Amino acid sequence: MDLFEYQGKQYFARFGIAVSPGDVADTVDEAVAVAERIGYPVVVKAQVKVGGRGKAGGVKLAANVDEVRTHAGNILGLDIKGHVVRRLWIERSSDIAKEYYASFTLDRPNKTHLGMLSAQGGVEIEVVAEENPDAIAFLSIDPVRGLDLATARRWVNEAELDEAAREQTAELLVKLYDCYTTGDCDLAEINPLILTPDNKVHALDAKVTLDDNASFRHPEWEEFRVNETEDPREIMAKEKGLNYIGLDGTVGIIANGAGLAMSTLDVVNQVGGTAANFLDIGGGANADVMAAALEVISADPKVKAIFVNIFGGITRVDEVAKGVIEALSRVSISSPIVLRLDGTNAVEGRAILAPHLNAALITEPTMLDAARRVVALANA
Amino acid sequence: MSIFVDENTKVIVQGLTGGQGRFHGLRNRDYGTKIVAGVTPGKGGSDVDGVPVFNSVVEAVAATGATASFISVPPKFASAAILEAAAGAITFIVCITEGIPAHDEAVTFNRLVEEFPGVRLLGPNCPGIISPGKCNIGITSGDIALAGGPVGIVSRSGTLTYQALHELTQQGVGQTTCVGIGGDPVPGTNFVDCLAAFEADPETKAVMMIGEIGGSEEERAAEWIKHNMTKPVVSYIAGVTAPAGRKMGHAGAIISGSKGTAQAKMDALAGAGVYVCLNPTEAGQKMVEIVKAL
Repeated sequence: MDLFEYQGKQYFARFGIAVSPGDVADTVDEAVAVAERIGYPVVVKAQVKVGGRGKAGGVKLAANVDEVRTHAGNILGLDIKGHVVRRLWIERSSDIAKEYYASFTLDRPNKTHLGMLSAQGGVEIEVVAEENPDAIAFLSIDPVRGLDLATARRWVNEAELDEAAREQTAELLVKLYDCYTTGDCDLAEINPLILTPDNKVHALDAKVTLDDNASFRHPEWEEFRVNETEDPREIMAKEKGLNYIGLDGTVGIIANGAGLAMSTLDVVNQVGGTAANFLDIGGGANADVMAAALEVISADPKVKAIFVNIFGGITRVDEVAKGVIEALSRVSISSPIVLRLDGTNAVEGRAILAPHLNAALITEPTMLDAARRVVALANA
Repeated sequence: MSIFVDENTKVIVQGLTGGQGRFHGLRNRDYGTKIVAGVTPGKGGSDVDGVPVFNSVVEAVAATGATASFISVPPKFASAAILEAAAGAITFIVCITEGIPAHDEAVTFNRLVEEFPGVRLLGPNCPGIISPGKCNIGITSGDIALAGGPVGIVSRSGTLTYQALHELTQQGVGQTTCVGIGGDPVPGTNFVDCLAAFEADPETKAVMMIGEIGGSEEERAAEWIKHNMTKPVVSYIAGVTAPAGRKMGHAGAIISGSKGTAQAKMDALAGAGVYVCLNPTEAGQKMVEIVKAL
């Protein structure tokens, strides 16, 4: 789960990481109230999960109440790369002497954690990595040993941060690592991490991705689960507990297993079609799941045909077949359905479907045959 | 021969008394796997359909001489179960548990490397391993596999593993061993581990490798193949059409920026002399051709 900047800052604050004083606002009046409370000048910042909001006019400095009204009014509702701004973060403006970069993430090839620290912050780290890789001090951290203050001190020296920033940054990095590990982040990034003219170090931005697998030990994450998606199909799928990702094509996809679902998208594409979604129904292909899946997919007006691709393992194909028939008796589906059923109890499953087959409910013997058929129907 | 397991491998099931553990553990036993014990703290002395249950791995190993463990416990207990198995003298651990936090996996993997260097972990979040006719640990349906070789399979995805087995079995081409390494960010066993084992196995004549988007394990495999592999490798990478920034089901299957794309992986593999196919059926057909020409 990606956090909004304001959520990331609230999360950082729990781990003792210094952030600018501020608060959220969903209306112009709320923005004014926050600004009056924290004191001018303030920065009005669009809360969207996409980069480049500054260039898009989503970050503005306001010196007084009139400017807050103007900027808040302009930014709320602004469309930034397809993300509509519904919430603002209003914070006290900071004077900046220097901008740094700091982050922790998993180094998958080495199965360790990777810290990145740079005296060149405020720009995209990918650009720094490309143009001036020596400006980034990389630190490989053994997950068993973690990061101690002595190591963090050596690290800030190596990164050649300004003398005045080093001790504060070392302490902040230990806290950020704590946030990253005990806070179960996939990514904890501060860009920029600033040094103020009066020699204070604090986080001016926050980019945090939480590991959904760790939700069971973080009940406090519940409050972060707001406005996760704008896509009405994904909202509906989420309500029904489905592993669904909306795409732009015309062939609705239902498959069991993430790999097979991805592969189904690929094969549909190869034979000239476009997928409307990714949907992995996992091992639970019973009537309820199938009905929910068919309902979500057929609610998508772009869908012209549906491909149900099942390879039974734990999932029994006869159960899938029963699920499809029962689902069709519950929900009305306007698009034709092409099924490919293999694996455990496939023969029984096909026999169950046989009497129900018609022009709108078709089976094909292989994944490729089914893909060709469903694409022909979708493109007809 | 098979890799990692064989007909003599004695297996305990950690979590045998749970719903999943019981179902798959007994299914593995029915396939012919030597499932010799279960482990559930507090349930020692009981049995599951005749399989004795012990309170700890140490007790189970002492009583049975088991060297492998099949772990099917909830995510919050999985790391402790893996480390208990390693400390209890188990040398091959298969963990099918899905949903373990990445930080737990990172710590557990590094503790295994540092404290138990002789132990191999397969998974987590994997379908397991099957050596047809000999041993099946995990959730793969035994009847889609065909004994006798000569193909080794290694895959990051569950259902695509079944699809690969199915494509070969239908054409009468058998498998030496099929290993599902799982779709999590910190897999205990990776492609290179399996490729090296297949390269060293005299009965394996060719390898089918099924990858997917995310990470760089396929690229590392390509590098290894280029310099070390003498046997033909056929590959299929799922997720050519996957959008960036969205997790496609598996925690590890995500394209970050330009990293982890299917195309980059396919290019790397093609550059290493691997037969890169565009779908599982094509990969199956290519493998059948290769095996016929052996």
